[in-house]
Amino acid sequence: MASFFTTRLFFISLALVIVAATLPLYVSGYVLGLLTVAFYFGVFAMAWDLLFGFAGEVNFGPTFLIGVGAYTAGILNAQFGWSVYLCIVLGALASVIAGLVLALPALRVRGPYFGLTTLVAVLMLQNFIVVFADLTGGEIGLTIPDVITINAGANYWIALGFMSISAAILYGLSQSPVGLVLQASGQDPVQAGALGFNIVKHKLAAFIVSAFFSGLSGALLVFYFGTASVGTVVDVAVGVNVIVSAVLGGRRTVLGAALGAIFLIVAGEFLRPTGELATFIVSAVALLVVLFFPGGFLGAALSREARS
Amino acid sequence: MRAFQILIDGFAISALYALGATGFTLIFGVSGVLNLSHGAIMVAAAVAAWAAASILNVGTYAGALIGVGVALLTSFATYFAVVKPIQDSRRIPNEEKEIFVLTGTLLWGIMIQEVIAYLFTNNAKTVLPIVEGVVEILGVRTPKNEIFTAIVCCFVIALLWLLVNRTRTGKAVLAASMNPRGVTLLGLELTNIYVVVWAIYGILAGIAGVLLGMFLGVSSYSVGPLTASAFSIVVLGGLGSVSGSLIAAFVVGYLETLTAYLVSPAYRTIPALLLLVFVMYIRPQGLLGRR
Repeated sequence: MASFFTTRLFFISLALVIVAATLPLYVSGYVLGLLTVAFYFGVFAMAWDLLFGFAGEVNFGPTFLIGVGAYTAGILNAQFGWSVYLCIVLGALASVIAGLVLALPALRVRGPYFGLTTLVAVLMLQNFIVVFADLTGGEIGLTIPDVITINAGANYWIALGFMSISAAILYGLSQSPVGLVLQASGQDPVQAGALGFNIVKHKLAAFIVSAFFSGLSGALLVFYFGTASVGTVVDVAVGVNVIVSAVLGGRRTVLGAALGAIFLIVAGEFLRPTGELATFIVSAVALLVVLFFPGGFLGAALSREARS
Repeated sequence: MRAFQILIDGFAISALYALGATGFTLIFGVSGVLNLSHGAIMVAAAVAAWAAASILNVGTYAGALIGVGVALLTSFATYFAVVKPIQDSRRIPNEEKEIFVLTGTLLWGIMIQEVIAYLFTNNAKTVLPIVEGVVEILGVRTPKNEIFTAIVCCFVIALLWLLVNRTRTGKAVLAASMNPRGVTLLGLELTNIYVVVWAIYGILAGIAGVLLGMFLGVSSYSVGPLTASAFSIVVLGGLGSVSGSLIAAFVVGYLETLTAYLVSPAYRTIPALLLLVFVMYIRPQGLLGRR
């Protein structure tokens, strides 16, 4: 762990964060708003990568965890008027509980079967939101009265700080002995169990950590947007974006997932002039990366460094 | 009266689901591929049939044929441009090929969906039905098209059963699903079998798509729900088990119809989802799964 602070990756990341922190001094509010959303998405993608890349769980429903956190925080604030910070904490906690609910089938079924369970979880949450429209705002979405701040720069710094801290914690965890045990139990649970590691405990921990960061990020995003809606935090399409980000940036790298998310959101914005074709182009680029650079951006860069 | 209506409507929907899910489960059974562009291929077939019949005025029969042809081409494109490169790739470790195929086909499906939306807009399209008019069965006014749909679905599934169980090619496909290595040792080229399976899949998905377009209409928004429903039916029945999928299709089809008629159309999909979760807890391999 200590040796990490002397690696090139650490200095590059530190330099990137410092450069990013100075951005509000000279770029427009529009760019800041875009990056703010991208940073929260980066946390979604990193949390997903911890489950998939390390614990080997194919979670098709990252938006189940995100949505529970986001909607819990939003409902508590909009319907009961609780303070923003309390709502964010409770949103993250609700998401942890959702993570435990999701972990139960994961301990019984594997691969595509678990993938489907997570997908079903998202569809159920979506149905629940639509059916209990009085509480959740239904298909129109929930308007949230409070926001953390309306200053674009401050919002940007909060998002950047949150993403950097999450990245440090998640990356540190992935490189720690716990991360190695997780990776082992993801690749060969029987053998990892035979070596004396408690797989159930480690997998549960991975779910809890992943859910905590997803929910926290979802709750923060809700208070940034000022609304919670199915289209922004629950829809399967949002989950697909999170998965594509992580695979694009490089699975099993944690940091790559954040890069992928930022790329995906910024690229989508750059392609806006192409109108309806934007999604097509982003998907096509992502497919080409999956086919020709299966390691993703960071995976390709790291393997080149390792070779030289 | 209402019971008959549920019986008839449910049968047509279930038969359509069964047809859509059969090809999906066949591919999984033989080559272990879960094709998440399934919904996109079905919609592509329906939209092609709609465009041929309504814009080019080629007539309903030719339109339906064009739709199935487009599905066949898309199916081959999926196999040769997305699935085969991933399966043959040396850079992707074997144990991760499954997730790469899932991601790859998912992205491919989004690309197809976007092309359809770009060329033909997002509006819902209803393919001109081959048979028109209404008949009265047991006091229920039923569109002839609904009966036609159910008959074609049953006929095609029966044909598939004959193909798989009674022909040489079909037996090779069956053998490949049981033991791929054994098949290659007997001197059969595995790639050829995969091509045959993808061809069968393309035709099945095409017919299902065109019929769906005539029966309920499609838009590029139907892509996700169609894939999800095929996926859940197949998992409910047991991945790779064709007869399991048929049973599951009827369970899901009737459950949805019952809910839509007796409770509210808004809750249509909820009981099926609950059943799915329940089955996966007590019997993770599905109703007739082999694993």
